[in-house]
Amino acid sequence: MSRPFLLAALAEFDRLDGGEVLVAQNIAFAVVAVTMLVSAVRMVTTRNVVHAALYLVIVLAGAAGLFILLGAEFVGVTQVLVYIGAIVVLFLFGIMLTKGSFGDDDGVEGEQRLMAGLVGALVLCVTGGALIDTFGGAELSRAEPSLTADVSDMIFSQYIVPFEAVSVLLLAALIGAVVVARKD
Amino acid sequence: MFLNQFLLLSAALFAIGVYGVLARRNGVLVLMSIELILNAVNINLVAFAAFGNSLAGEVFTLFVIAIAAAEVGVGLAMVLLLYRNARNIDLSRIDLMRG
Amino acid sequence: MTDLLVLAAGGAVDLPLGITEGGNWFLRNAWLIPLLPALSFVVILFFGKRMPRGGSELGIAVLGIAFVLALLTGAAWIGHRDNYHGDEIHRAVVVVDDGGHSGADAADHGSGGGHAEQSLAVVNTVTWFQAGGVEFSVGTLVDGPAVMMLIVVTLVSLLVHVYSTEYIQDDRRYTHFFAFLSLFSASMLMLVISENTLQLLTSWELVGVCSFVLIGHWWEEKPNSDAALKAFLTNRVGDMGLIVGVSILFFSVGSALPDRFGSFSIAETNALASAGMLPQTALLVAACCLMAAVMSKSGQFFLHTWLPDAMAGPTPVSALIHAATMVVAGVYMIARLYGVFFEGLSIGGSSINLMAVIGGITTLVGACLAFVQRDIKKVLAYSTISQLGYMVMALGVGAWTAAMFHLFTHAFFKACLFLGSGSAAHAVHGFDMKSDMGGLRKVMPHTYRTFVIASIALAGLPPFAGFWSKDEILVGTGGWGLFGGTGGNGAYTLMLVMGMVTAALTAAYMTRCVYLTFFGEFRGHGEPHESGRRITVPLWILAGLAVGAGLLNMPSGFQLAPGSMQERFGHVVEPVAGYFPVISHAGPSWSLAIASTLVVLTGFAVAGWYYFVRVEAASAAAGRSLTELPDGPTSRYALARMGHTFLVNKYYLDHLYTGIVAGGTKGPVAAAAYRFDQRVIDRGVDLVGETAVSAGRAVYDKVDQMVVDGVVNASGRVALDTGGKLRKIQSGRIQDYAAILFAAATVLAGILIVIV
Repeated sequence: MSRPFLLAALAEFDRLDGGEVLVAQNIAFAVVAVTMLVSAVRMVTTRNVVHAALYLVIVLAGAAGLFILLGAEFVGVTQVLVYIGAIVVLFLFGIMLTKGSFGDDDGVEGEQRLMAGLVGALVLCVTGGALIDTFGGAELSRAEPSLTADVSDMIFSQYIVPFEAVSVLLLAALIGAVVVARKD
Repeated sequence: MFLNQFLLLSAALFAIGVYGVLARRNGVLVLMSIELILNAVNINLVAFAAFGNSLAGEVFTLFVIAIAAAEVGVGLAMVLLLYRNARNIDLSRIDLMRG
Repeated sequence: MTDLLVLAAGGAVDLPLGITEGGNWFLRNAWLIPLLPALSFVVILFFGKRMPRGGSELGIAVLGIAFVLALLTGAAWIGHRDNYHGDEIHRAVVVVDDGGHSGADAADHGSGGGHAEQSLAVVNTVTWFQAGGVEFSVGTLVDGPAVMMLIVVTLVSLLVHVYSTEYIQDDRRYTHFFAFLSLFSASMLMLVISENTLQLLTSWELVGVCSFVLIGHWWEEKPNSDAALKAFLTNRVGDMGLIVGVSILFFSVGSALPDRFGSFSIAETNALASAGMLPQTALLVAACCLMAAVMSKSGQFFLHTWLPDAMAGPTPVSALIHAATMVVAGVYMIARLYGVFFEGLSIGGSSINLMAVIGGITTLVGACLAFVQRDIKKVLAYSTISQLGYMVMALGVGAWTAAMFHLFTHAFFKACLFLGSGSAAHAVHGFDMKSDMGGLRKVMPHTYRTFVIASIALAGLPPFAGFWSKDEILVGTGGWGLFGGTGGNGAYTLMLVMGMVTAALTAAYMTRCVYLTFFGEFRGHGEPHESGRRITVPLWILAGLAVGAGLLNMPSGFQLAPGSMQERFGHVVEPVAGYFPVISHAGPSWSLAIASTLVVLTGFAVAGWYYFVRVEAASAAAGRSLTELPDGPTSRYALARMGHTFLVNKYYLDHLYTGIVAGGTKGPVAAAAYRFDQRVIDRGVDLVGETAVSAGRAVYDKVDQMVVDGVVNASGRVALDTGGKLRKIQSGRIQDYAAILFAAATVLAGILIVIV
C-alpha cells in the first residue's frame, strides 16, 4: 500500500526524532497554516479581483496540504483536481466575463466593512471559544493514511444514497446553470 | 499534533470567509468567499475523521467538494445573468428586496 | 423476484401474486414506450430550435411510434390475457398472527375460489440500487389497466401534439412547449406502468412538475405564474400524503415478509392486502393518506381549487394534462393499489366510506359550480372535477371496471371538449362565453358539431360513450332494488342518488355552455373563422371515439350485442389475479338505464327550454327594440328587468333555475358555493403557500397593530420606534440580511454552548 510521498518522508523524519511530538508535521502545519491565513485575509481585502482568485488558489492548495498531512490522500488529490483545476478556472472565467462592471477594483464601503468585521469576529470568538473549551487537550494520534479503496468502498456501500443524491444534484445544477445563463 | 490546531485554523478561515461574504460587493468575490467557508468545513471534517479514525468525514468531504462545484456553477450562472440584466455585479446596488 | 422461501407448513404459505415474467415481447418491453418520449424530450430541448419545425415534428413522430407500440402491446395483452399459461411467481409469506386462519384465506384466494381463469400480469424488474439490505428496483407491471392507459395517453397526447402545432403557432417558446409535452408524456407513461410505489411516486412528481411548467407556459403574465404556483403547492399538500402512505405500505408489507425489510412492489402490496395479511389499521391509515394525494392530484373536493386556475395554461395542455391524463393519475393510483383501498376502507359489503363520500360530494360540487362560470374552460374544468368525482365515487363503491371505463371514455370526450373550446377561443381571441362568443355555430361547423357530440357523450345519452360508462357506475353502486340492478359490493344508495342528480346537472350545464358558445349572435370582436385541419382532424377523431368508445363494454344481459362482444373492456382490463381483490360485479338493469336516460333528458329539456326558447325569444324581442346594445344574455336579463314585457321572464329565471338544479342548488346558492370555493377554500390553500416574507410581514403588522392598540401610549411609542428601527434593517441588500443571519446563528450557537 503506497503511502503518499510527503507523509512517508515525514514519517521517516519523525522516526529519526524518536519523540512523541511530531516535530516535522507541526512545522509543516505551521508553515501551511500561516500561508493560508495570510492568503485568505489578502483574498478578502485585495482590490484586484484576479489577485483574489490567485490567493484563493493558495488557500485551496494549503487545504490540500493539510488533507495529506492528516492522511487523507485521496481527498487531497481531489481537492487539487476539482478546486484548483476546475472551480478556480470557472471563477477566472466568471471574472473575465463580468469585467467592466468594476474594472479591477472592488472598493469596500467603510460601514459595510465594519459590520462584516464585527460579524466575522463574533463568529471567530464563539467558535474558537467553543473549540478550546471542548477539544482543549485532544491529541491527534498520528494519522495512518487512509486507503483510497476503503473510501470508495464506503461511498458505494454505506453512503450510496447520498452519493446518488449528489449525482442528481450535480445534474440539476448542470441543467439549472444552463437554463439560468443561456441567452434567449 | 493537537486536534485544535486544525479546528482553530478552520474557524479562522470560516470567519475570514464570512467577512468576505459580507464585505465584498463583487458577486464573484462573494462566491469565492463562500468557497473559503466550505473549505474551512472540509478541513474540519477531515480533522475529525483523523481524530475519530473513521472514514465518514473524508467521504463527506468528497460530497462537499462535489456540492461546491455545483454551487459555483449555479452561482456563476446567476452572476452572469445579473451582469447581463443589470450591467454590473455590485451586490450593494441590488436591492429588489427592500422592505 | 424468483427466490422462493417456503417455511414449514403452518408458519408460512406461498402467496400467488398473479404475475409472470414471461409473455409476449411487447409486454416484456413496455418500458420502450415511456423511453421514447423521454429521449425526444432531451433531443428537443437541446436541438429543437435547429429543427425545421422547432422540434414539433420529432415530438409527433415519437408519439406516433409510441401509440403504435401501445396498440401492439394492447393486442398482445388481449392474446396474453386468455391464452398465457406460463409460470406464475410466488412469494413466501409468513403469517404473522393466527396462522391457520389467514393462511387458509390466502390459499383460498390463491387457488381462486371464484376465479376460473387468471390473468397473469407481466412484470419485469431490474435492480436499481441496493442500500442497507433494501433493494430498490425499477420495472414494468403490464396488465389490463396499464395497457388501457398506455393507449389512451399516447393517443390523446399524439392528437394534442398535432393540434398544438397550429394552436401555439409562432409562440415564443414553441420548442420549449413541445419538449415539455414530450417529458409529460414520458412521465405519465412511466407512471402507468410503474412496477413499484417508489417509481409511481417519482413519475407522480414528474407529471406534477410538467403540469407546473406548462400551466406557467406564459409566465410573463402574473395570473399564469400564480396559477402554476398554486397548482404546484396544492399538489405538494397531497404529495405529503402519498409519501406517508407509500412509507406505511412499505413497512407494513415488510412486517409480513419474513426475508425482507419491506417492499415497494405494487403486486406484493396488493396481494398481501387482498389476502388479509396486512393489519387493517395500517391499511386504513395508508388508504387515507393516499386519498389526500388523490384529492390534490385528481381535483377532489376540497383540494380541487387549483384545477380551474390551471386553465391559465395553453388549451392543449388543459386538454391533455388537466382533463384526459394527469388528473386521472389519482384515480389510476387507486385502481392500481385497489387491494389496499378495498381492504383498508372496507368497501365490500358496506354502504358508505371515505372514498365514495369524497367522490360523491366532488361530483355534485363540481357540477353546481360549472353553472356559474363565464369562462368556457372553467365550465369544462369544473365539469372535469365533477367527472373525476364520478370515477372516485365508482371506485369507492367497488365498481372498479366502471371507473376505469369511465376514465377511458371521459378522456376522449373531455379532451374533445377542451380542444373544441380552444378552437373556438382561438378564433375569437377570448375565453369568455358571454362577451367573446355566441353564434359560432355558423362559422365553425366542425368545432360546433364535435363539441355537441362530445357534450352529449359527457351528459350520457345512449348510444354515446358516456352513457355506457356512467350507467355502469350507477349500476355498480348496487344501490336500489327498485331499478332491478343486482349484485355490487354493497348498498350505496346515497351514491346512486348523487350520481343521478349529477347526470341531470351535467346535461343542463352543457346545454348552457353549448348555447352560449354556439347559438345566438356573435358578441365578440373580429371575424371568427373555422380553424385549420390540424385542429379539426383531432377534434373529429376524438368525437368519433366519444361516440364509439362506449361500445367496447356493452353490458352483458342486455342482448344488444352478441355474447362475444359483451363486456370486452371489463374482461380485458380488469385483473383476475392474486394481486387484485375479489370484487363482485353488479348486473345491469333496463329500468335503471331508462331512468338515468330520462334524468339526462330532463336536464336537457329544462335547460334547453330555458335557453333555446326563453332566451332566444328574449333576444329576438330585445334585438327589435334595442339593437345597439351588445347582444349578450346578461344584458338580456337587464333588459328583462327594465322592460315590463320580460318581467315575467325574470320571475321564470328563478323558477327555471329551481327546475334545472333540483332543490337547494339554484343560482344564488351555486354562486355562494362558488364564492365559498374561491374565497374560503382558495384562501386557505393560498395562505399555506404564501412566502415567509409576506407571512412575516403580516404577522409583524398584526403584532404591531395589537401592541399599539392594546397597551398604553408609552409602550405603544416604544413599539413604533422599534418598528421604525426594524424597518431600516430591511434595506434590501442581501449582504445585510446575510450579516443578520450569520450573527443570529452565531449568537444562538453561543447560547446553546453556554446552556448545554
